[in-house]
Amino acid sequence: MHHTIVIGLETHVQLLTKSKLFCGCVNRFNPENPNTQTCPVCLGLPGSLPVMNREAFLLSVKTGLALNCDISQFTKWDRKQYYYPDLPKAYQISQYDLPFSHDGFLEAEVEGQGVKRVGIIRAHLEEDAGKNMHDETGGGRDSHVDLNRCGTPLLEIVTEPDLRSAAEAKAYLDELKLLLNYLGVSDCNMQEGSLRCDANINLHIHGDDGSKIATPIVEVKNLNSFRGVEQAIDYEANRQLEIYEETGRKLGDPGVHKETRGWDANRSVTFGQRSKEEASDYRYLPDPDLVPITLTADEIDEIRQALCEFPADRRRRFSEAFELSAYDVSVIVNQGAEFANYFETVAAECGDGKQAANWCTQDVQRELNERSVAIGEFPIGAVALGTLLAKVVANEITTKSAREVFAELLESEAIEPTAALAQIDQIIEERGLAIVSDTGELEGVVETVLAGNQKIADDFRSGKQGAIGPLIGQVMREVKGADAKVVRQMLIEKIGK
Amino acid sequence: MDRQQVEKTALLARLKLSESEVVKFTDQLTGLLDYVAILNEIDTDDVEPMAHAVEVSNVLRDDEPVASLARDDALSNAPKTDGVYFLVPPILTEG
Amino acid sequence: MSIVGSTTEELLGQLASGDVSCVELTSAYLDQIAARDPEVQAFLRYDRDDALRQAERIDAKRQSGQPLGKLAGLPVAVKDNMCTKGQPTTCASRMLEDFVPPYDAHVVTRLKEADAVLMGRANLDEFAMGSSTENSAFQVTRNPHNAEFAPGGSSGGSAAAVGAGMTPLALGSDTGGSIRQPASFCGVVGMKPTYGRVSRYGLVAFASSLDQIGPLAGDVTGTARLLEVIAGHDARDSTCVDLPVPEYTQSLNEPLSGLTIGIAAEHFAEGLDPEVESTVRSALDVYTSLGATVKEISLPHSRYAVATYYVVAPCEASSNLARYDGVHYGFRAESFENMIDMYATTRGEGFGDEVKRRIMVGTYALSAGYYDAYYLKALKVRRLIREDFDRAFADVDVIASPVTPTPAFKIGSLVDDPLAMYLQDLYTLSANLAGIPGISIPAGTSSGGLPIGLQLLAPAFEEERLLRAARMFEQESE
Ligand SMILES: [Mg+2]
Ligand SMILES: [Zn+2]
Repeated sequence: MHHTIVIGLETHVQLLTKSKLFCGCVNRFNPENPNTQTCPVCLGLPGSLPVMNREAFLLSVKTGLALNCDISQFTKWDRKQYYYPDLPKAYQISQYDLPFSHDGFLEAEVEGQGVKRVGIIRAHLEEDAGKNMHDETGGGRDSHVDLNRCGTPLLEIVTEPDLRSAAEAKAYLDELKLLLNYLGVSDCNMQEGSLRCDANINLHIHGDDGSKIATPIVEVKNLNSFRGVEQAIDYEANRQLEIYEETGRKLGDPGVHKETRGWDANRSVTFGQRSKEEASDYRYLPDPDLVPITLTADEIDEIRQALCEFPADRRRRFSEAFELSAYDVSVIVNQGAEFANYFETVAAECGDGKQAANWCTQDVQRELNERSVAIGEFPIGAVALGTLLAKVVANEITTKSAREVFAELLESEAIEPTAALAQIDQIIEERGLAIVSDTGELEGVVETVLAGNQKIADDFRSGKQGAIGPLIGQVMREVKGADAKVVRQMLIEKIGK
Repeated sequence: MDRQQVEKTALLARLKLSESEVVKFTDQLTGLLDYVAILNEIDTDDVEPMAHAVEVSNVLRDDEPVASLARDDALSNAPKTDGVYFLVPPILTEG
Repeated sequence: MSIVGSTTEELLGQLASGDVSCVELTSAYLDQIAARDPEVQAFLRYDRDDALRQAERIDAKRQSGQPLGKLAGLPVAVKDNMCTKGQPTTCASRMLEDFVPPYDAHVVTRLKEADAVLMGRANLDEFAMGSSTENSAFQVTRNPHNAEFAPGGSSGGSAAAVGAGMTPLALGSDTGGSIRQPASFCGVVGMKPTYGRVSRYGLVAFASSLDQIGPLAGDVTGTARLLEVIAGHDARDSTCVDLPVPEYTQSLNEPLSGLTIGIAAEHFAEGLDPEVESTVRSALDVYTSLGATVKEISLPHSRYAVATYYVVAPCEASSNLARYDGVHYGFRAESFENMIDMYATTRGEGFGDEVKRRIMVGTYALSAGYYDAYYLKALKVRRLIREDFDRAFADVDVIASPVTPTPAFKIGSLVDDPLAMYLQDLYTLSANLAGIPGISIPAGTSSGGLPIGLQLLAPAFEEERLLRAARMFEQESE
């Protein structure tokens, strides 16, 4: 007997719009000032009416297209009805039977396994609820309700149950997050809840006789980190196997329903949630306050044409254009669109992809980590770094000198791009970092050094190749920025005479 | 519609009904639903449902933020508030 | 010349000529309210001082030569389900007894911009659910022609206020006949515009795809004038259509030449009171005498309208009224055990019988396993009803019919029989399902001295045609 884990993910993504989905309230994470971003519409006051945000719909369609979905030419809005204090209308405006997109897929690289294609059942647009805060002390005090988040545009992306392990789920989520980043549709900030996950998990148990049994499906709600998703999957797999071995209960047995469980991140366990008495009866109905949206095939095509380059395409292009390894390309592209753009500018500016990749993934990345900032806040602009590296490529300065310049540029923080270029030249000048490869300039020094080290010269003549090192070193100490290759050549020539 | 259905519907609708209301509604709702059954006389297989009285589409607004209500105004009608949040009886969480 | 009883055009003339000030005019109506409303009970609230302050402002504006709006100085009563910033908007429900909106409904903004005097808040059936204004949580409004009879509903307060001369103009809302039926019972003109003609922003929703705000007045011209003010596009209501608003008052007195009036056999079937029938038939004779042609049409699905309506409207209502749960605004029960119990107790105590009944029907019809049989089925029949009208209007310009099967009924006579009450709306609610405009105009009086109305229906956005057709009849009966 062996088993397979079967996982489907539902991901809720907050869209990066300026205003909320159905009203003009600002769309901003602001828990410090509760209930300051509301209006009659998002408070659900009697008489208020929703009007759809064009940008939210456009961002949704873009995402649907990027997920290879079919985009519906007719889509409508439905009310999903349930009572909860963070839902002031007592219904969520969502999409039920005619979502704006369906039947797509996303491909993700799973480590050690290759590319996995994950089916997307549908992606639909809906509004977020507000936030309830409970008395965690168990003191039984009133719960608090903040409606700042209420009405924020949410994209719900539902996969087929195609995932077979925690690693696959993680790979899918990483790629999805990256895609959303490239599209600019969400900041995917999980701490702030702009990306949240529910996982449907069960097991297929294969008997030695070829039989297959499915365990009851469990939905684990509100996973707010990728780590949590992985842990919850592994936890559920073990738990469900144990229960199956104990009870033999399987999907389709009388009385077996989908179970909803929560995730306790502190104890790394899932826990049973009291099932609401009529949890599944959402009494959907078409929202009479909103009208449908129709799109022509041409309009859909127009949106498609205007889409950005997706991560997968960019990986392909980078590895061809810059002759980089798949690994290097992934490291760069997976940092996000801004980082990849940064790299691309550096590479174009210095004309050497490998050089640019090394610097971006090592020097720049190290500094970003230390400062814990994104590339957008990095003080050295891509053009400046590219210009600096071009000098290394052109053999005008050494890599070591470039690091010195890099360090000094970092010190000076957020300088103007043009000033940065002037500053690079200035630092090279002041510190005398320019490589001296003019033999005329080096002639005298080389001769003086040779004259003072006849013994070493003799050693070299008699075949000790390594002996020349210290001589080069001496010349370079005398002439800062001396080109080591040129010096070596001169020394060899002169010793040989 | 029987008593049990009335009670289940009342729970769904979050309506606490008195005993006499349950009895009365069971009777009245049954009468109404019986009346509504005349709709089954009509063959509607090829008819598109009509959810809106005037069928327009593509009404969208620009993504421009406008001023929100001051917090005091947002909370001004709340049955219970601490001046910052809406307050509700403790919601049972489990864990 | 007396103020109360004058038409809106006469009043505007007196105000413009300076014969009467807005303060004098408003005082006269306030006096009429003081005299009549203790019996009629049309107003839930009115504030004498506030009304006079508004009147003073309008007089001052006129004196300083500033441009004035189309209603300058005319009192308007507003049904208490349209939000007014800073003033209670109760929907005649205990649930919203203390609710004070932080914003104005679109129509209220329009009234203010037109320099109307907001006279007070008219009574209604709770959340506009009813046909008699007996379902108000606060008071029962009486028919101004006979206090033992109902004024109709749900805009009974608005219609009774105009009928009793307590205001020249009023706003009502019509979801299944709630303007036209009380207008008919109270002997005034009332109109339900095309769905989408008037913004619903700020109208507390009953059934969103059916609700429409409309004018009530003593005559067709006043009705046209008020419609002119409230109609037109509002970006805050996605279902409000962006079409130009004709100046209805300008074309009003031009008779429609070659008018073809449709009458449907389905509107003269059994159950129709003979006095109502003969009133409508003689109205048709008036039109014929004016050169109109009367043509038989068929509305085969009209017999399903009540059933369709009493699925669609409660379904939407059950959803629209779910928000009244005692969390963010409105009534909250005092004692309860927990969250769920707080919801249920709050709603059980806060809503009246009829509202609960409709929430129950709608909740049931939308619940798992019943959606297709009830709601989806009703939406399909709704389309058939609309298509009946489309076909009919290919042949006729307007359709004439009774407004109600009988003249006003006695207060208390139908409250225990919901279905009988629902059948009151037999002739009116098709217009809501189809989204087309309809008007009710006084056409006669019963032997018992109660008004009888005539209903005219027109294709969508043909309010101008409807008003001109109504005016033809009115002019002839003057
Ligand atoms: Mg969702
Ligand atoms: Zn808002």
